Amino acid sequence: MNRHSHDSDRRRLLRAMGATGLLAGFNALLPAYARSSIGGSHLNAAAAQVPGGKPRDVVMDFHVRRETIDIAGGRASAITLNHLTPGPILELWEGKNAHLRVHNHLDESTSIHWHGILLPFQMDGVPGVAFPGIDPGDTFEVDFPVRQAGTYWYHSHSGLQEQVGQTGPTVIHSAEDDGINADREYVIVLNDWTFEDPHRLLAKLKEMSDYYNFSERTVGDLMEDVSKSGVQAALRDRLAWGNMRMSPRDIADVTGYTYSYLMNGMHPESNWTGLFTPGERIRLRVINASSMTYFNVRLPGLAMTVVAADGKEIQPVETDEFQIGVAETFDVVVQPKADQAYTIMAETMDRSGYARGTLAPRAGMMAPVPALREQPQRTMVDMGMDMSKMDMGGMKMGGGSMGHGSMKQMDMSGSSQGPAGMSHKDHDMGGSKMSGKMAHGTGAMAGSMGTGAMMEQSGPIIARHGPDHHGPGNLTVANVERYRLGERGTGLEDVNHRVLTYSQLRNVVPMQDRRDPSRTIEVHLTGNMDRYMWSFDGVKYSNATPIEFPYGERIRLILVNDTMMEHPIHLHGMFMELENKQDDYLPFKHTISVMPGSRVSLLITADEPGRWAFHCHLLYHMEMGMFRVVRVSDQSGDKNA
Amino acid sequence: MLNNYLLRSGGSLLLFLASVSAVQAASNGKSDLDSVVPAGPMDSASGAPVAWSKPINDQKLHKFVQIDRLEYGDPEGPNNYLWDAQGWVGGDFNKLWLKTEGEGPISGGSPESTEFQALYNRMISPFWGAQVGLRYDVNPNPDRGFAVIGLQGLAPYWFESDTALFVSEDGDVSFRGEFEYELLLTQRLILQPRLEINASARDTPEYGLGRGLNNTEMGVRLRYEIRREFAPYIGVRWEQKYGDTKDIARAEGESTSSTAFVVGVRAWY
Repeated sequence: MNRHSHDSDRRRLLRAMGATGLLAGFNALLPAYARSSIGGSHLNAAAAQVPGGKPRDVVMDFHVRRETIDIAGGRASAITLNHLTPGPILELWEGKNAHLRVHNHLDESTSIHWHGILLPFQMDGVPGVAFPGIDPGDTFEVDFPVRQAGTYWYHSHSGLQEQVGQTGPTVIHSAEDDGINADREYVIVLNDWTFEDPHRLLAKLKEMSDYYNFSERTVGDLMEDVSKSGVQAALRDRLAWGNMRMSPRDIADVTGYTYSYLMNGMHPESNWTGLFTPGERIRLRVINASSMTYFNVRLPGLAMTVVAADGKEIQPVETDEFQIGVAETFDVVVQPKADQAYTIMAETMDRSGYARGTLAPRAGMMAPVPALREQPQRTMVDMGMDMSKMDMGGMKMGGGSMGHGSMKQMDMSGSSQGPAGMSHKDHDMGGSKMSGKMAHGTGAMAGSMGTGAMMEQSGPIIARHGPDHHGPGNLTVANVERYRLGERGTGLEDVNHRVLTYSQLRNVVPMQDRRDPSRTIEVHLTGNMDRYMWSFDGVKYSNATPIEFPYGERIRLILVNDTMMEHPIHLHGMFMELENKQDDYLPFKHTISVMPGSRVSLLITADEPGRWAFHCHLLYHMEMGMFRVVRVSDQSGDKNA
Repeated sequence: MLNNYLLRSGGSLLLFLASVSAVQAASNGKSDLDSVVPAGPMDSASGAPVAWSKPINDQKLHKFVQIDRLEYGDPEGPNNYLWDAQGWVGGDFNKLWLKTEGEGPISGGSPESTEFQALYNRMISPFWGAQVGLRYDVNPNPDRGFAVIGLQGLAPYWFESDTALFVSEDGDVSFRGEFEYELLLTQRLILQPRLEINASARDTPEYGLGRGLNNTEMGVRLRYEIRREFAPYIGVRWEQKYGDTKDIARAEGESTSSTAFVVGVRAWY
């Protein structure tokens, strides 16, 4: 308890100091060794820099241990990999071989899943699906040819081990010149750390699902809404949410109340720092290795060029901020020209905390840490409400409230393809399509009630939900299912700079498998937040059977999010091509964050035989049953299972 | 080598005995199609050998114990205490639910009421559980048992509800409804109005109850969640008797209406 209050006090202090720029001055007083020692066993600047070198076969040992380490400003029992958390960089070369040995020094079974890596399923590292797990004292060896390049990661797939440190970065160098020409590369591994036993954490969620939510709407918020938008609108909003028994402030299940957010294993106070020489092109390989936390990543004062998503190259997109779902990776290139420090800010989506580091020409330099922004709210679009049927009487959509700063979901298609190096200032609304896109100032309407404006801003309705409401294990359904790949992530709708959207991801290579899908599989993401139940189609893993992908077929996988929160859905073993209207250049994803109330379509070529895990990558959602096995097998003859 | 591994995993138990398990890929880095479906018995959810452990633990039983009210009251009459606790153990759909509540004078003697319930709770909709089971009252005298059928859950607009029909061993039918609402003044300071209604189908004067609406108990409690699990509170409780029940109370010289200031604690684990 002291631990938590101390932590949250410190966070508040840091936030305040960061906002005024005091932090830079404060930490600069500390000697270098003190700054770097606060975090304990972590990826310091040297360890987080990708060494590179000549292409080679790699033999690497991973020693999994439970040990007491310094972490997040405290001392705790963690699971380390070669005495580190996050573990060491697994660096591989496309076209060469990997020989990896996992040694289990724990007194329980363990595993390592090589996230995003194409390999025989028996090596995929999912106990109970791909292999039996690694018993205490055992060594598990895998040996495979490396068939891809990019930024990936690895983590335990056993129980809740991932939460207590068993994660690490993977970097695979391309066999050919990828044209990115980075002078320097760093991994940026984001984690959420808790000093609580994760089993107790999960039990608390099961007993009281809003346990960690300390940003629910209060009487004060109601008064504020009333003064902004009148009694009638404010009450209507409250009643709409009350009728559903849902909270618009349900952004994250687990928050900064218990979590410390780490960058390369280091607390914001310890300030992980990567060095650069002004003018260099720096490739940041950003990996969200956290258990439950979405981050908004930005480097104030530096434009980022996104060059890869989930390890796979995309056509470069310049942006100022991106949201990264759990288990996703994004590679960005930055080119700081000035002799100054830049903060790498990774604010959590619910704004209950942040991870932070620095890019600096010299050790000890720092830049101001931006204050946390206002917490977002769920909307009726997230709820999948059909607002055309709602009473809009009394809703006034004054054109006077339109403005640059409050534009939600601007159409950036013109400018995002523009020349790199364009500054923010040039990025005016000139080329953007404004017709029908109304302002969504947070004060312009009561709380989060659906209005005409919101309908205009969100993606179009592309389907309606069927009659099956998926049983007691599911609370709500998306009555209308929207295409939301063009929308910014939750809480970034109104920020006054460029934000990456899924619709901007465009592959560098055209689609290889142009067959029409031979079958369509629709999976609904379902849950009951009140009872902390999570499932697909209202059925949890234990009561389900594998999803069958006949070997060799082209599959269209439809995901419909009936819940009111994002779920990062991960398919092992095969990449999914995201149908984001990029013609023949659909981007590859191994993890797709499905926005609430949305319908997402993915194409998969089932050419990797195996039993592959398919699950929500929010750790506690997975553990509660939001998990399936996808079976790619021969179904042509008598082997049909 | 791969086939070798697969043979061993198909044999399942052998693998547990092996101290080192090594897997090597075919030259194209993919598994053999024949290796996907194991030769032996397989788990229906994973399609993997049945002897393997499960990938996730979504069948775990959970438990919950809550003292909703443990309070000291200061009414016009003698000061009293009150407890109201419940707990459950089980999975998502099926739970064993236990409840106890009662009250008595601080000055000593036996409690005015002491009640225990053991119920089977079946989740019937996202927010509601149906409950059936037994209730046993130790006080007031003489002891008696009841059959219980109830409905507990969260009603629209956030009303925490617990309603039940009781049939005593003598065939007396009664009803109780309890409703709570939470108003967040801040994230930790919470105002909780509460309403309890009791009604009986016929007169049971030996227990001081008349036919119809027996009594209502309204309360407002202001608690501060030092932690989620531990919240002291202050509040007011107002009880009013009605109809025949009121007449019985009046005839026996008891109060028919009382207001009490209360101080207490709410806790759970």
